[in-house]
Amino acid sequence: MHDIVRPSASAPIPPVGVSIRRARLTFDGAAVFDGLDFSLQGGRWTCLLGPSGVGKTTLLRLIAGLAAPEPPTEVTAEDGGPLAGRVAYMAQQDLLLPWLSTLDNVLVGSRLRGEKISPALTGRARDLLDKVGLGDRLRAKPAELSGGMRQRVALARTLMEDRPIVLMDEPFSALDAITRLRLQEEAARLLTGRTVLLVTHDPLEALRLGHDIHVMAGQPAVIGPAISPSGPPPRPPDAPALLAGQADLLRLLAS
Amino acid sequence: MMRVVRPAVTAAVLVVAWQMLVWATGVPRFILPDPVRVAAALYERAGIIGYHALFTVSEILGGLALGGVLGAVTALVLSYFRPARRWLMPVLVFSQAIPVFALAPLLVLWMGYGMASKIAMATLIIYFPVTSAFFDGLRRTEPGWLDLAQTMGGSRWSTLIHVRLPAALPAFASGLRVATAVAPIGAVVGEWVGASAGLGYLMLHANGRMQVDLMFAALLTLAVISVTFYFAVDALLRHALPWQPTKNSNDERD
Repeated sequence: MHDIVRPSASAPIPPVGVSIRRARLTFDGAAVFDGLDFSLQGGRWTCLLGPSGVGKTTLLRLIAGLAAPEPPTEVTAEDGGPLAGRVAYMAQQDLLLPWLSTLDNVLVGSRLRGEKISPALTGRARDLLDKVGLGDRLRAKPAELSGGMRQRVALARTLMEDRPIVLMDEPFSALDAITRLRLQEEAARLLTGRTVLLVTHDPLEALRLGHDIHVMAGQPAVIGPAISPSGPPPRPPDAPALLAGQADLLRLLAS
Repeated sequence: MMRVVRPAVTAAVLVVAWQMLVWATGVPRFILPDPVRVAAALYERAGIIGYHALFTVSEILGGLALGGVLGAVTALVLSYFRPARRWLMPVLVFSQAIPVFALAPLLVLWMGYGMASKIAMATLIIYFPVTSAFFDGLRRTEPGWLDLAQTMGGSRWSTLIHVRLPAALPAFASGLRVATAVAPIGAVVGEWVGASAGLGYLMLHANGRMQVDLMFAALLTLAVISVTFYFAVDALLRHALPWQPTKNSNDERD
């Protein structure tokens, strides 16, 4: 609907910030959160950490337009434009369609919007699969791929959408430790310059990837001030600052 | 190998037991013919059995095609249009309370003694399992896929075509499998009520003339046809939908 047609994928996308004002979510009559304010800085990675059931995923779904906002919640893009059509979504499950090949899974967004699958489009999908290291598995079905490979295809599919805002809901949590570290690095590299919200349970992941880290906790839940580790992401997992930061975050989460 | 041997051994034992029973009880052959006599009837009357089998097979095929298509279309309409779901669902469920066999005389009255009434019978019997299985499949799309389609800007229609429909095909396939198993019942009941050809007609005809050996031969043919249909459809669906997760673990281990 609100598709922004860009002639080439390499043209930089102007960053778009997102703000949520007075967010409210009630569940079974009890407030999960109420009067919550939260914002994503344009072009930066924001990590939202918190225990299960605190409403992080709902917050993400509000921005994605997948959950109906409960009044008086307001979700707006900071440039005043619409959010619909400018958001890409990546979940914990890869959500690949099992009957489509790797290449067709990356192209699924175009199919759903009824766009013509031009050679240029296919070429771009191939390039993206190349970038995530799956250039030689274009014809493979998801069942033939490992969990890490499947999540790489999902990453390529997210990049194919070429949206300024990328919402990630624990996209790496189902992967083994080594694959997770690699994929975190690839995602950080490939999504540089976009506005990213990463919802995660893992303090180390937040410290590696986030420009701004927020802890969401309590009942009703509140979001803590931004913690901004030094150095550009992805930060090496063995940096001493990360380990110290992890201890702090764990303490915040436990309190 | 053992998958073939075991049922063959079981069948052989049953045939021997059948023969022993006939010998031991001395029942007249117009009550229970022995297997040798049935085999002979099958051989000698192969032409006439084959002729009638052709009709029954056509009726089953016609019913499968019509019932499959009508069931698929109904399921799609029900899942796409909310009012259709509200208005038609109760009728559909209620219609299943009517035994299809009770409709057979009516169908023959309306559509005559020819194949049309039998195809209609088979269609009616096939329609519901296909509709309900496919509709169920269409309703149970992985919610994550729907979320993804929504953020990608897919319309309701394109989401149905590109996500929900293919995702429901395995469910459609299992409905079609059930339908294939019951389709011969529809055809044969139709033939019983009124027909001039078909295995059901042949069985009634033979029964009336005390040709019980021919009746058994026709019955055996019908059973072989039904089983062949089932396995053919099953193999076809497996081949067409390789991603479906319905691997029967018992099948694999036996």
